[in-house]
Amino acid sequence: MWREEVPPAMDAVHAILETHERDPGELLQILIEVQHAYHYIPDAAVELVAEHLRVTRAHVRGVVGFYSFLSDRYLGEYVVYISDNITDRMQGSTGLATYLCNRLGVKLGETRADGRASVHFTSCTGMCDQGPAGIVNGLAVTRLTRQRMDVFAELINKRTPLPEWPREFFLVEDNFRRSDVMFRRPVEPGAALKAAMKRGDDEALKEIHFEEAVDPSSGLAWRRGADETLKELYRSDLRGRGGAGFKAAIKWETCRDISAPERYVVCNADEGEPGTFKDRVLLTTYADLVFEGMTICGYVVGSSRGVLYIRQEYWYLKPHLEAVLERRRTDNLLGRNILGTGFAFDIDIHWGAGAYIAGMETALIESVEGRRAKPRKRWPLPVVAGLNRRPTVVNNVETFADAAMVALKGGAWFAGHGTQHSAGTKLFCVSGDCERPGIYEYPFGVSVRELLRDCGGLDAQAVQISGPSGITISRLEFDRILAYEDLSTVGTCMIFGPQRDMFDAVRNFTQFFRHESCGLCTPCRVGTSLLSQLVEKVAAGKGSPVDVQEIERICQLLKSTAHCGLGQTVPNHLIDSLLKFRGDWDKRLVTTDFVPAFDLDAALHQARELTGRDDALAHL
Amino acid sequence: MISSETKKTFRLDGKEIPFREGQTVFDAAMAAGVYIPHLCHNPDFEPHSSCRLCTVIVNGRPFASCTQPAVAGQDVKSDTPELNEMRRTLTEMLFAEGNHYCPACEKSGNCRLQATAYALGLQDNQFPQFFPRREVDSSHPDIIFDRDRCILCGLCLRISRDVDKKSVFAMTDRGIGTTIVVDSPSGLLADSKVARTDEAVQHCPVGALMMKGEAYMVPIGRRRYDLRPINEDSVAEFQAREEALHG
Repeated sequence: MWREEVPPAMDAVHAILETHERDPGELLQILIEVQHAYHYIPDAAVELVAEHLRVTRAHVRGVVGFYSFLSDRYLGEYVVYISDNITDRMQGSTGLATYLCNRLGVKLGETRADGRASVHFTSCTGMCDQGPAGIVNGLAVTRLTRQRMDVFAELINKRTPLPEWPREFFLVEDNFRRSDVMFRRPVEPGAALKAAMKRGDDEALKEIHFEEAVDPSSGLAWRRGADETLKELYRSDLRGRGGAGFKAAIKWETCRDISAPERYVVCNADEGEPGTFKDRVLLTTYADLVFEGMTICGYVVGSSRGVLYIRQEYWYLKPHLEAVLERRRTDNLLGRNILGTGFAFDIDIHWGAGAYIAGMETALIESVEGRRAKPRKRWPLPVVAGLNRRPTVVNNVETFADAAMVALKGGAWFAGHGTQHSAGTKLFCVSGDCERPGIYEYPFGVSVRELLRDCGGLDAQAVQISGPSGITISRLEFDRILAYEDLSTVGTCMIFGPQRDMFDAVRNFTQFFRHESCGLCTPCRVGTSLLSQLVEKVAAGKGSPVDVQEIERICQLLKSTAHCGLGQTVPNHLIDSLLKFRGDWDKRLVTTDFVPAFDLDAALHQARELTGRDDALAHL
Repeated sequence: MISSETKKTFRLDGKEIPFREGQTVFDAAMAAGVYIPHLCHNPDFEPHSSCRLCTVIVNGRPFASCTQPAVAGQDVKSDTPELNEMRRTLTEMLFAEGNHYCPACEKSGNCRLQATAYALGLQDNQFPQFFPRREVDSSHPDIIFDRDRCILCGLCLRISRDVDKKSVFAMTDRGIGTTIVVDSPSGLLADSKVARTDEAVQHCPVGALMMKGEAYMVPIGRRRYDLRPINEDSVAEFQAREEALHG
């Protein structure tokens, strides 16, 4: 095990603190940069950061401890994460991780004694359509194979700098397989924003001066443009694409109507739900449209500051996103005087650091503020008191892109697609056992069967809709439709072929939730561990019907008492699996009598070690 | 005509409960003499809604009563077999995840976890024990910090931050690994700003933060919850507080 011998020089930390102007709200962003610079957060850096930001070192340690991609121990020159989603596992990720560890001569999760490298598992990295996937020193790697692992080991052992690694290792494809009306081709930057503003009085717009414009109520044309755009949004009936389906117009209007000195627009690109990768594609090819949707939201609600909160798994997109923002500033689509109207709005990028819970609206806001991504109390809602306790609109990446399209083409046009209760189209992230994994855009109302036919996955036995927190459907349900009124979803469709053991998915999902529970509330913190223990007990062939009853009892408790949506949805996949794929459980429930999980002989092992005994009587 | 003097009420287990504007369901219920089991909440400090024992059903949906605003006319259920069963299970979970050994614990009789378990009729623990390895910090001359008995209620964090203005405690790690970290270079209490007079160390509901030099001054059998069960004690304490604050 590698140990820090001499505390490293803190020059880089000083520079990072400088860049972030010693703003305590930037704590997480600072720690991410320190982690990238040192490959851990040295104790000296904790002290320094705490001192300069005027926060306690316990607070800094608390943040370091919370996020998966921050570490208080050195992870090595090369840090390799292997994505541990069920789709990666189905493509052989577990074996690949072991293989790489063996090639490097390192134990999983430990840093090699010479400080060269470490290998870890991580939750889904959002590359399910081109897995097995991983991350090397912050950058996504795809289509991992044994051959690639051989090359990885060689490059690491030779200390080849990352920029000299073969570029194809880092190739991320969009795999946009089917376009409908929303995402045919990228829209000209600024077109949607201009359309929104033109809904007011074009001539009068030119007369608004910056000072007036700071107060949106003073510019009549401005107000009219914003009001008309909001009306279009109402007409569109656009509902949140993050899965919950709340009407965007209501959220925007509520935010606008609350008296406050400042408002915020936050785009949720945390996309942590395993099997989901549409935001990755949108931010790659439709970044302008997303930023434009955020800008239009700022225009409508009277906000001057937007934040894109994006998961660190997509760190490779950083130069691209920053370039798009910079170009938009140059083109007067962001900044202090947008399109010459005096409307001021800009967007910052805030990175996550490996926490599924941060996709939860209020946890995300805590994370943007630089703290542990802990969900807030239920009230007040973020739209009333969100970021910095100001009214905040938090919408999904796809929601903002759709809102821009509404501004461009009108609410009626948008509502003309989809179903009565689910207007517009939806991006679906298709992965698992099918011929053509990738992104599919359909109008709402498409059946699972049609989607399976198009992607070449019709022989599936099951589809996991909306990720582990969603719903597991069997063949009998393939005629159900993807829409808010039936299968409401963030867009995730993980396909399981007939050869799969559905219990493997259960194990993966249960381990995932155990890893991602924030630990705030009792039922989720303890319940996810108990569920994982029970599922592992069944997997080990020690399960009995009593254990299944216990699983069901804990599931019920989580549904009723967990603090947030994470805990409340943990049971979904277990309940579905027990109902629909009972066969894969029953073949493991070998005994009808209760078998304790406690292994007496294993427990005696320690005593034997201590006493040096190994005679027959020391075994039971 | 309803007179403006008429107090607003909601229904709790069939009984009309009056409330003041801004009061939570929990506060109104306790003021009216109805006990709702709770561990992470102390009415003198900001609610946390993390232990979830105070979960009630409001108009058919579950909410933590300590953070749920009281609304006129709402229908609240609390003392039901289903909810009490869930509260027992949550309490069992807390016993299983830590290392709680009541017979050998100095806090016995003054411990809210133990007293709540009794009040809920918890007879035994069905869950396998987690036996976590947690650090005990006895470095401080006046205070002992035994993380084995911590239930992560967050009271010491909130009080040290909001009342003592020291922020001595913070949470680190996450999920089942969540633990309390102390603000000092060594991570030990002795090197921190904590003092025995701090409010933060007075309100630990369990035996995680205890004073040195006071052990067994009150014999077991004559302690707080030995004399009066927690359901009666909590309500009486709450009502006395209400009386003092609002007359």
